[in-house]
Amino acid sequence: MLSIKDLQVSVEGKTILNGLNLEVKAGEIHAIMGPNGSGKSTLAHVLSGKDGYDVDGGSATYKGMDLLDLAPEVRAREGMFLAFQYPIEIPGVNNTSFLKKALNEIRKHRGEDELDAIDFLALIKKQMELVEMKEDLLKRPVNQGFSGGEKKRNEILQMAVLNPELAILDETDSGLDIDALRIVAGGVNKLRSKDNAFVVITHYQRLLDYIIPDHVHVLSEGKIIKSGGKELAFELEERGYDWLLEHA
Amino acid sequence: MKAEKENPKQLTEEQENLQKIADKEYKYGFVTDIEMEEFPQGLNDDIIRMISAKKDEPDFMTEWRLKALHHWRKQKEPRWTKLKYPDVPFDDLYYYAAPKKKDAPKSLDEVDPELLATFEKLGVPLEERELLAGVAVDAVIDSVSVATTFKDKLSELGIIFCPISEAIHDHPDLIKKYLGTVVPYTDNFYATLNSAVFSDGSFVYIPPGVRCPMELSSYFRINASKTGQFERTLIIADKGSYVSYLEGCTAPMRDENQLHAAVVELVALEGAEIKYSTVQNWYAGSKEGLGGIYNFVTKRGLCAGKDSKISWTQVETGSAITWKYPSCILKGENSVGEFYSVALTNNYQQADTGTKMIHLGKNSRSLIVSKGISAGKSSNAYRGLVKVSKNAENSRNFSQCDSLLIGDQCGAHTYPYMEIENPSAHIEHEATTSKVSEDQIFYLNQRGISSEDAVGMIVSGYAKEVFQQLPMEFAVEAQALMSVSLEGSVG
Ligand SMILES: Nc1ncnc2c1ncn2[C@@H]1O[C@H](COP(=O)(O)OP(=O)(O)O)[C@@H](O)[C@H]1O
Ligand SMILES: [Mg+2]
Repeated sequence: MLSIKDLQVSVEGKTILNGLNLEVKAGEIHAIMGPNGSGKSTLAHVLSGKDGYDVDGGSATYKGMDLLDLAPEVRAREGMFLAFQYPIEIPGVNNTSFLKKALNEIRKHRGEDELDAIDFLALIKKQMELVEMKEDLLKRPVNQGFSGGEKKRNEILQMAVLNPELAILDETDSGLDIDALRIVAGGVNKLRSKDNAFVVITHYQRLLDYIIPDHVHVLSEGKIIKSGGKELAFELEERGYDWLLEHA
Repeated sequence: MKAEKENPKQLTEEQENLQKIADKEYKYGFVTDIEMEEFPQGLNDDIIRMISAKKDEPDFMTEWRLKALHHWRKQKEPRWTKLKYPDVPFDDLYYYAAPKKKDAPKSLDEVDPELLATFEKLGVPLEERELLAGVAVDAVIDSVSVATTFKDKLSELGIIFCPISEAIHDHPDLIKKYLGTVVPYTDNFYATLNSAVFSDGSFVYIPPGVRCPMELSSYFRINASKTGQFERTLIIADKGSYVSYLEGCTAPMRDENQLHAAVVELVALEGAEIKYSTVQNWYAGSKEGLGGIYNFVTKRGLCAGKDSKISWTQVETGSAITWKYPSCILKGENSVGEFYSVALTNNYQQADTGTKMIHLGKNSRSLIVSKGISAGKSSNAYRGLVKVSKNAENSRNFSQCDSLLIGDQCGAHTYPYMEIENPSAHIEHEATTSKVSEDQIFYLNQRGISSEDAVGMIVSGYAKEVFQQLPMEFAVEAQALMSVSLEGSVG
């Protein structure tokens, strides 16, 4: 589904990703771990098409397409979803109508009929239960005045409604208490299928108690320095990153 | 009291890309090929007499116009705004232009088909509006009304809705009693000019206790090259009556700047309410700042009676220059004035707009909600005055003035003035400045929404409070207009 080869990315002349390789197949969950500043968010942003990053080399292929060539909204319509580390507030724009517009853009792209208000509300109500979100958050402007935890749940709600093929979760677990963490993880587990894939970026091992990854990668200084199965996460939890960095 | 807020110069480059979405050609830029009948250029007593004679006006009107002209000769063009523009060549303008017609059309069938086609292009199919929306349309092309509808139904209720030229003939008493009472011919340079040369516009009278059953609407359009447009509108809501009036405009593309100096007067008697809504989309000039309409408007309402109410709602997206301060004189006890405004400027557009709330009566209340949106290299100023006179015991005002910036080359300025002569007054003023950030646009992009739609959504969300004041059909149109006007402002 996603194939990243020797990806090199810089910001304002400073190299941040330095020869990154990653293969993600449908049905898989990949965890990417690594210390602060190692380039995890940069990877998420570059894959989803945010401006301001220079790709100096390498390639990224998504469903056979040259990913880096697509406009960000086209990537989204092609089923790529990013749960933001820091979700953005959009004053005055109603959370529900925003999400309805997003879903209908994606449906239009796929040649499907747009959902009307009634069908959409039925869908969103159902998916709300998944993330145990308070209904009044639907009536509020996007992320405005939401607590940190509410913002993260709102990201997962959007993911549940848009039902992406490839979801990248950027530290969705940070700042969440254990209940919220369980809910977020529960959402991912209910959505996972043999047709979709998840890239879960996390700083801590604890999320991986709830979302069991097929592969774990350690990112350091813009490179994946070690890959393994879920047991690698436990090892990191016990020993920290230092032993790996020394051997890198 | 005076306060000024300027947006801090942004240091980041992030907004530099935000200047690519607004580059769409003006959709309504075309000129109808109808023979025009024009008077000689320039302005003097003879021209005024010709205008007046052409309209077969009673003597009192001719005299009034001449008094205005003589007064205008003594006035200076106001230059106290932030607006920058070359001098208007008042002596080279044509002060009267009308579609060449032997007889006025009595029905739509008689209207020049080309004219009707123009309305079609503008999205104002008269027949359709008549049937579907139940809206009475008093359509004005250039200076003469060419079609008036729904008159019969309204006249059953005693409502008068007609071109003001017709009202001058048929209802001279009402005209004598009210014309110039809210905006006197001495008021200001542009209003004085308008008083001298106004060619047409709308007249509305709602009798006591009558609730006007439909939204009254009038579409204005400037069509003749180098012809100033001087509309005059007078609306009188008698005791306990209600009326909602909509004004919408679009204009064809022109390279030369065109002057527009309209006057609107509203009078609300005891217990009456007038709601006046405007969507203004005149040609704003090219992306490079060439051409476009100069829009110098005087709009003022008088809450003459107890418990009367006047509410202005405006969505201003057009014109190269907008100079406009719809105001309320709150004379009646417990009277209410409201001003809801969205003013959007892009490219080289300049807007200096706001309101005046003049509290004279006891317990009078006013509300100001102003939303400025600036993109490109445009400049957008809010200028508002809240005045509470000595006798206006327990007056209240609340003002909310927000500015939204798109990109970092535009300017937003807020000038709230206050003159408070009664210590019991309760005045609150809030102001904010915010930016459409690249992060917001990317967030929406990442959910499958194009940058253009994203900006449209953000701006509509920002201006929601004002759009909610518009009648439904207008609100939809106005939101669409915002997106069109902002195309090219974001990359
Ligand atoms: N826009 C930017 N300008 C300059 N440096 C940046 C920018 N974005 C990220 N960086 C730098 O790139 C490195 C990786 O950042 P990031 O991808 O956010 O790391 P992580 O998500 O792993 O904590 C950091 O050193 C950070 O300071
Ligand atoms: Mg990060």
